[in-house]
Amino acid sequence: MIAETGHYALILALGVAIVQMVLPIIGTRYRDPQLTAIAVPAAQAEFILIAIAFFALMTAYVTSDFSVANVYQNSASEKPLLYKISGVWGNHEGSMILWVLILSLFGAAVATFGTNLPRQLQANVLAVQGSIAVAFLLFIVTTSNPFVRLNPAPFEGLGLNPVLQDPALAFHPPFLYTGYVGFSMAFSFAVAALIDGHIDAAWARWVRPWTLAAWMCLTLGIAMGSWWAYYELGWGGFWFWDPVENASLMPWLAGTALLHSALVMEKRDALKVWTILLAIITFSLSLMGTFLVRSGVLTSVHAFAVDPSRGVFILAIMGVFIGGAFALFAWRAPLLSQGGLFAPISREGSLVLNNLLLTVACAAVLVGTLYPLALEALTGAKISVGPPFFNLTFVPLIVPLLIAVPFGPMLAWKRGDLLAAAQRLVAAAIASLVVIVGVLAYTQKGPWLAPLGIGLGIWLIVGAATDLAYRVKLFGASRDEVWRRLRNLPRSTFGTTLAHAGLGLVVIGIISTTAWRAERIEALAPGATLDIAGYQLTFEGVTEHQGSNYKARVGTFKVTRGGSPVTELTPSKRAYVVEKNSTTEAAIHDSWRGDLYVVLGDQLKDGAYSVRVYFNPMVRLIWIGALVMFFGGGVSLSDRRLRVGAPKRAQAKATAAPAGE
Amino acid sequence: MIMALRRSILAAFLSMVVALLALSPAFAVQPDEMLKDPALEARARALSEGLRCLVCQNESIDDSNAPLAKDLRLLVREKLKAGDSDKQIIDFIVSRYGEFVLLKPRFEPHTWLLWLATPLVLFAALAAIIFGYRRRESVAEAPKPLTASEKRRLKRLVGES
Repeated sequence: MIAETGHYALILALGVAIVQMVLPIIGTRYRDPQLTAIAVPAAQAEFILIAIAFFALMTAYVTSDFSVANVYQNSASEKPLLYKISGVWGNHEGSMILWVLILSLFGAAVATFGTNLPRQLQANVLAVQGSIAVAFLLFIVTTSNPFVRLNPAPFEGLGLNPVLQDPALAFHPPFLYTGYVGFSMAFSFAVAALIDGHIDAAWARWVRPWTLAAWMCLTLGIAMGSWWAYYELGWGGFWFWDPVENASLMPWLAGTALLHSALVMEKRDALKVWTILLAIITFSLSLMGTFLVRSGVLTSVHAFAVDPSRGVFILAIMGVFIGGAFALFAWRAPLLSQGGLFAPISREGSLVLNNLLLTVACAAVLVGTLYPLALEALTGAKISVGPPFFNLTFVPLIVPLLIAVPFGPMLAWKRGDLLAAAQRLVAAAIASLVVIVGVLAYTQKGPWLAPLGIGLGIWLIVGAATDLAYRVKLFGASRDEVWRRLRNLPRSTFGTTLAHAGLGLVVIGIISTTAWRAERIEALAPGATLDIAGYQLTFEGVTEHQGSNYKARVGTFKVTRGGSPVTELTPSKRAYVVEKNSTTEAAIHDSWRGDLYVVLGDQLKDGAYSVRVYFNPMVRLIWIGALVMFFGGGVSLSDRRLRVGAPKRAQAKATAAPAGE
Repeated sequence: MIMALRRSILAAFLSMVVALLALSPAFAVQPDEMLKDPALEARARALSEGLRCLVCQNESIDDSNAPLAKDLRLLVREKLKAGDSDKQIIDFIVSRYGEFVLLKPRFEPHTWLLWLATPLVLFAALAAIIFGYRRRESVAEAPKPLTASEKRRLKRLVGES
C-alpha cells in the first residue's frame, strides 16, 4: 500500500509539474496574473508529492519490503539501518527520485522565499524548473519506476554493493546531486531572462545565492567521493581522471566560473550575455554528467548490459534542454544590453581571466572525456585518454590561474593598478619563496617542480590573508579602527578569503602527496618488520572477525617511530555474505606529517601476507582545504546581501544604521 | 548476473570514482612480481602507469588486480629483464593489443584534434575576448530607458521611503 501511495504521488507530481510548466508561461505571455500566480502553489505541491514518493520508497527500504523489486535488488534485512536508508539512492531508480526531489526542493524554495522577485521572473523561473521536472518525472515513470512489485515476494534481498556500505558514501550522492541540480536554478533564471529579453544587475543578485549553494554542495560532494575513494579503494589515490569523476568536475569548473562572472554582473552590470551562457553551460554539463553515467555510454565499451531505452531517453532530455536553451540564447541574447565598461587591468579583467582559464580547463576535461567516445562512434578506432593527457592539458591552464588568484581581489573595479597589487603581495611572494627554499633544502632531491607547487599553495594562502589584512588596515590603523573595519566587512569578503586559502591547502595537499609519496609492497610473515618514512611496522599476524553482515580477516601492525610506540593499525579484508563480494579496508594513521596507509593483501603460498604500505605526506590538506572552501561558501552565503528576502529587512534597518554597506 | 553487473554500474555512478567496483579493490602489484633491481622495477612501475588494463574501466595495469593486468605487468618486467628499452616495450605492447592500451594517446592524425582542441579553444577564447573588448570600446552604449514595469517599481520604491 505504501509503495502504491508513492507511485500515485509520483504520477500526480508529474501532472502538477505539467501545470507548473505550461500555465505560468501562458500567464506571463498574456498578462493574466491568475495564471501567472499558479506557479507558486504548483511548485510547492510538486515538492510535497515527490517528497511523499521519496519517503514511501524509504519506508519500503527501512521495513525491508522485498515485494518491491527495487528493494529486493538493492537491500537486505541484515544491513545496518544507515545503509538501508542510503540504499534508497544507492541504485538507478532511487537516485533518480532523489534527483527530482532536490530539483523540486529548489523550485519550492524559490516559490516560498523568492517573494522579492518580480512576479513575472519568478513565474518564468518556476515554469522552466517545472519543465525539467516533467522531463525527469516522465523518465522515471516510464523507464525507471522504483515502485514495481514482485509476486511472489522473495524472503531476502540481494544486498547493496559492499564498497557502497560506507558512511562517507551514504552522504556523498545527496551532496553531489544538490550541486548538480542546484545549477538548474541558474539555468532556469537564465532561460527566464532570455524569455523576458531583459536582464540587469538585480538578476545576478538573485541567481548568486542559488549558484553558491549548489557550488558548495558540489565541492563537498566531490571531496567526499574522493575521500571515500582514498580510504575505501585501497590504492591511496585521491583522483583518477576517471570519466565518471570528470563528469562531476566539469560542472564544478563551469560553476566556479559562473560564481565569479555573476559577481561582475552584480557589481558592475557587465558580462551579462556571458553569464547567461555560462549558466546554461553549467547545467548542460550537469545534465551531460547524468547522461554519461546513467545511459551506460561510458561502460558500453566494456560489454556491460545496460537498458538502452534509458540512454536514449536521457539523450533526448539532454538534446531538448541544451539544444533549446542554446537556440533561445542565439535568438534572444542580441536583445540583451551590454553594460559596464572596464579596463583590461581591473577586478573585472581579472575575473574575465578567471573565466577564460576555468572554462578552457573545463573544455580540456570535456574533450578528454568525450573524444574517445566520439572517435569510436565515428571511426571505430579505440583509444584511451588517461591521467597523462589531463596532466598535460588541464594542469598548464590551472597553474597560471592559481598564480593570478591573489591579484584578483586586490584590483579595483573598472580600472586597477597592477603594480600596487603586486607591491601588496610582496609579503606573500617572500613567504612562498622562503617555503620553496626550505622545502628544497629539506628534500634535496627531485621532483624539482614540487617545491614550486608548495610555494604556489603558500602564495594562495598568504595572498588571501594579505587581502583581508589590507581591507582592515591591520598594519597602520589603531586596534579599535581594525576591529571596527573587521566587523563592518561584508561576510562575502571573508568567504572569498576562506575559499582562496582553502584552494591553497588543496594545492599543497595534492602536490606533496603526488611528489613525495612513499610506497612499500612486501611479503610479510608474522613477526616481520617493515620501514617506511621513519616508521617501523611490525606485523603481528591475522585474526578472524565476525561483523554485522560480513566476515573479516584482520591484520595487526604495531607502529613505532624512533623506538617509541605510535599506534596499532588493523587493516582488514571483509567478505560480505549476502552480496558475495569483498572489500579491502585500509588502516590509516593520520598526522599532520601525513597518512600512514596500510593495506592487507592475500595470503601467499609460504604463509606470508602481501602487504602494501604508503606514506602520503600531508594528504589530509586536500580534504581540509575542500572543507575550508565549503565553509567559505557558507560564510559568503550568510552575507545579508545574498540572503533571500533580505533587502526588505535591510530597508527597514537602513534608517537606524546608514553605515551598513 | 545482469543484476550484479547493473549494480556495479550504479555503484560507479554513486562513487563518481571508479567503475569496475565489482572487482575487489586494492592489490595490484604483488610482492612476488617485483624485480630485484630497484632501477628496473622503478622503470616497470613507470611503464605500468601508462598502460591501460584492457578489461577494466580506465585503470592502469599498475592499479588493477585483474588477471590480464597481472599478465601484462609480468610481460613488461620480462622485457625489461631482457634489456629492452622503454620505447621497444611500449611498441611491442601496442603492436599486440592496439593503441587502446596507451593511457596517453599518441599524436597522430586521428588524435590531432584531441591534443590540439584545448590550445585551439584557448586561442579562440582569447581572440574573442580581445575582439569583443575592442568593439565595445569603440561603441560605448548609452543606458537603456526604463521599461514601464520598472518605472512602476521605481515609483513604488520611491513612494515608500
